[in-house]
Amino acid sequence: MATAIAAAKTSVPPRARGRVGAFLRRHPTVAIGGALLIAIVLASIAAPWLATVDPISIDPSHRLRNPSADNWFGTDRFGRDLYSRVVYGGRVSLVVGLSVAGLATLIGLTIGLISGYLRAVDRVVMRVMDGMMAIPAIMLAIALIALSKASILIVIVAVTLPEVPRVVRLVRSVVLTIREQPYIEAATAIGTSVPRIIVRHLLPNALPPLIVQATYICASAVLIEAALSFLGAGTPPEIPSWGNIMAEARPYFQLKPWMVLLPGAFLAVTVLAINLVGDGLRDMLDPQLARRM
Amino acid sequence: MHVFLIRRLLAAVPVIIVVTVFVFALLHLAPGDPAAIIAGDLATAEDVAKIRARLGLDQPLLIQFFTWVGQLLRGDLGNSIFSAHPVSELIGQRLEPTLALTAMTLFISVVLAVPLGVIAAWRVGSWVDRAVMGFAVFGFSVPGFVIGYVLIWLFAIELDWLPVQGYTPLAKGFWPWLSNIVLPSVTLALAYMALIARITRAAMLETLNQDYIRTAHAKGLATRDVLMGHALRNAAVPIVTVIGIGVALLIGGVVVTESVFAIPGLGRLTVDAILRRDYPVIQGIILVFSGAYVVVNLVVDMLYTVLDPRIRY
Amino acid sequence: MSAAGPPQGAHRAPSGGSAAAELANEAASVGAVTIPVLAVSDLRTHFHTRDGVVKAVDGVSLSLDRGETLGVVGESGCGKSVTALSVMRLVPPTAGRIVAGSIRFEGTELLTLDPDAMRAIRGNRIGMIFQEPMTSLNPVMTAGRQIAETVALHQHLPRSAAFDRAIEMLTLVKIPDARRRAGEYPHQLSGGMRQRVMIAIAMACTPTILIADEPTTALDVTIQAQILDLMLEMKERTGAAVMLITHDLGVIAETAQRVVVMYAGRKVEEAPVKALFARPRHPYTRGLMASIPRLNRAADDSVGSHRLTEIPGVVPSLIGMAEGCTFAPRCGYASERCRIAYPPEIEAAPGHFVACWNHDTLPELV
Repeated sequence: MATAIAAAKTSVPPRARGRVGAFLRRHPTVAIGGALLIAIVLASIAAPWLATVDPISIDPSHRLRNPSADNWFGTDRFGRDLYSRVVYGGRVSLVVGLSVAGLATLIGLTIGLISGYLRAVDRVVMRVMDGMMAIPAIMLAIALIALSKASILIVIVAVTLPEVPRVVRLVRSVVLTIREQPYIEAATAIGTSVPRIIVRHLLPNALPPLIVQATYICASAVLIEAALSFLGAGTPPEIPSWGNIMAEARPYFQLKPWMVLLPGAFLAVTVLAINLVGDGLRDMLDPQLARRM
Repeated sequence: MHVFLIRRLLAAVPVIIVVTVFVFALLHLAPGDPAAIIAGDLATAEDVAKIRARLGLDQPLLIQFFTWVGQLLRGDLGNSIFSAHPVSELIGQRLEPTLALTAMTLFISVVLAVPLGVIAAWRVGSWVDRAVMGFAVFGFSVPGFVIGYVLIWLFAIELDWLPVQGYTPLAKGFWPWLSNIVLPSVTLALAYMALIARITRAAMLETLNQDYIRTAHAKGLATRDVLMGHALRNAAVPIVTVIGIGVALLIGGVVVTESVFAIPGLGRLTVDAILRRDYPVIQGIILVFSGAYVVVNLVVDMLYTVLDPRIRY
Repeated sequence: MSAAGPPQGAHRAPSGGSAAAELANEAASVGAVTIPVLAVSDLRTHFHTRDGVVKAVDGVSLSLDRGETLGVVGESGCGKSVTALSVMRLVPPTAGRIVAGSIRFEGTELLTLDPDAMRAIRGNRIGMIFQEPMTSLNPVMTAGRQIAETVALHQHLPRSAAFDRAIEMLTLVKIPDARRRAGEYPHQLSGGMRQRVMIAIAMACTPTILIADEPTTALDVTIQAQILDLMLEMKERTGAAVMLITHDLGVIAETAQRVVVMYAGRKVEEAPVKALFARPRHPYTRGLMASIPRLNRAADDSVGSHRLTEIPGVVPSLIGMAEGCTFAPRCGYASERCRIAYPPEIEAAPGHFVACWNHDTLPELV
């Protein structure tokens, strides 16, 4: 039965053009996610123009106002315009998300490649990675941050560390699988240098799942940063971040729930968009992954 | 069986060693002088020196490490800098709320998410499947504290069905305890459920494609028996694996959830300790949580042998 | 819906000596018309894929008499497996559908049966075994339990009785040390043993029909012979009819009484086995026969060695097939008429049916 369908498919020519377009039409959620993400990124970049007021300017005479024509989301306890703060807050989230994703991928890739290739290093590295995965990410991040002065850079480093083991495991498993292939043996036999093998053979195979994983890490990083800021252990309070804004609004929740819920909504939508894009990338780059992830 | 148990325990040892080294290193290798950080910005050089001597920070690193490990093995997690109470005592006091929260969350998650995943796989491509997957993406994306606040606003403030926050010990009665633990558990469970539902669906789909499912149908078995007795049994291994790994997620979420719902558990203790720079407490909690994670995964490993007769250690 | 298939009765010549077979023989000699246990009429099973409709089975009719062995032979993708799955109504609904036709089992129309009634027939009155014994058994259930499950379900036996029956079946399929083996898992058994377990599962409720979809293809040649013998023995013991699906003409020659040849979703020839081998009437069948390597050729031929004969071309896509005979593009004897219209099925000789415009003008085979 399967052979009949397979025979049928081979005689139909594959469509090279418009693959992305067709794909997006079949997966509308991914298209929505992508569009949302682009909108959020653009809005964050254009924050200075989108914000109505300077986000850190205090105006004590207008504290805790409800949403109005002047202040679309109302004001916080210092009289700062909430809308502007939320718009700027996106910057922190995206900067942290992208930096962590990039950093974790780079570090993880390096370690994973080396570990996959050198057995001796591998044993030690895997134990260390297992140990790191045993420590809950937030706790690790909080502990690291607690030990130093608060800054966005520290947050990035602290959030990156727990995400590295995931990347290492992924890269390592790809390397281990590819290594055993006969064509790698052949390449080595004709004298191909190790760096060349890595670049020409291992890297292209590792890239698709890596990109997908990086997207998920980005989403995870945005969440962790927000959680950290919410707990008071993340982005320093002077810089508006969605988590910060929510933390400051906590005492007023029962009376003015929108102060907490609005930045929360932005946060949720952003993370959702990133996850949807990640799912889309996964379906596009390697449908087989879809079954495993 | 005993051989297997001992072997798994031995395999866990390196992990525990790594964790202890990490936790120790956290304090000592991070930027900044720990003694100065503990002393605070207004301390004099004398104060810092005194603190350093008190905490034994003037000893060589290696000696400090082994002294500390020695203490750990005796069950001594040190004393809190803030309150001078033994850390183990502090942890003991805060254990019940966290355990209750975690247990309830686990229960809700597994009981709800596994059937959802099974149904989504069985009716793959239908609206049910899409709904479950959509729910999964949501659960995974919307941050725990946001969900918490939404739930509080809806059920506690607007509808006034449940208390806003706090924890009622089980000793005070089942229903009071339950009404207090429901919202936080559901909040925490959402992300966990998303994970479990997804993996259940994926594992079931993989299983349902296998030949032996066709054989089961050819035997004339009812769909329910095929799904539960044949498919799920085989899909169990990856599902249980993810449940084990997801416990790390759970623990992270506990910290945030306890903060939102003002539950006096280990999560809150962590946050307070962080803000006060109470390192012995931080170290102790990390060790406890990591230890719990290792134990959970050990249990998962043992479950494998029951679930899949091909796995024998 | 026309009832295609050879007229019943007179020319049935059952082999072997089972009681049921003798009964049929007796009825035949009296001149009674026996109803076939299975009558498939103009069956069409289509699969809807992204690239189009795949007509995996497109108008197949065949029948199976009580106690008879019918061989269904053809290349991969010709639709023989789909036909079998359609009879059991096991075609996954997400993949394909039976769009037309009739399948009568002992007089009952299967295609309109409600799901519960169909389930009562599967595994009970019609048993099926599959090609891959490695993957067709549930890896986390013991062999004994898998057999006992069928028995408990259809015969409503309690667990212990069902398990005893399972052990009994294991002995019947010649697995030594049956009681111990019943508690073992599939990965602890060899390929041949696993297929025996599958036969045990399929025959546990003494079905009227056993459908065997390439039962020996995945096995070693020596095991193949054992399994075929076992199937024959089980058939004679229970009087079951067997529908044996394979691409191996050698297996057909040894075990089948009647043969159906399929190509591209349709039946192209049907005949008693001896007649088929003696005088194949469809170009495709002839091509199949000729492709069998004959190791003793050189002794007969004046020329030393010679090339293997093949049928030129490839199996066509089952999507959007052209009008006319599906074999025409590859047929050495195709005429204009062949390309315009699909040939009807004609009885070229008693009990020997063929669908070819030119069947009577084909040259004699060497």
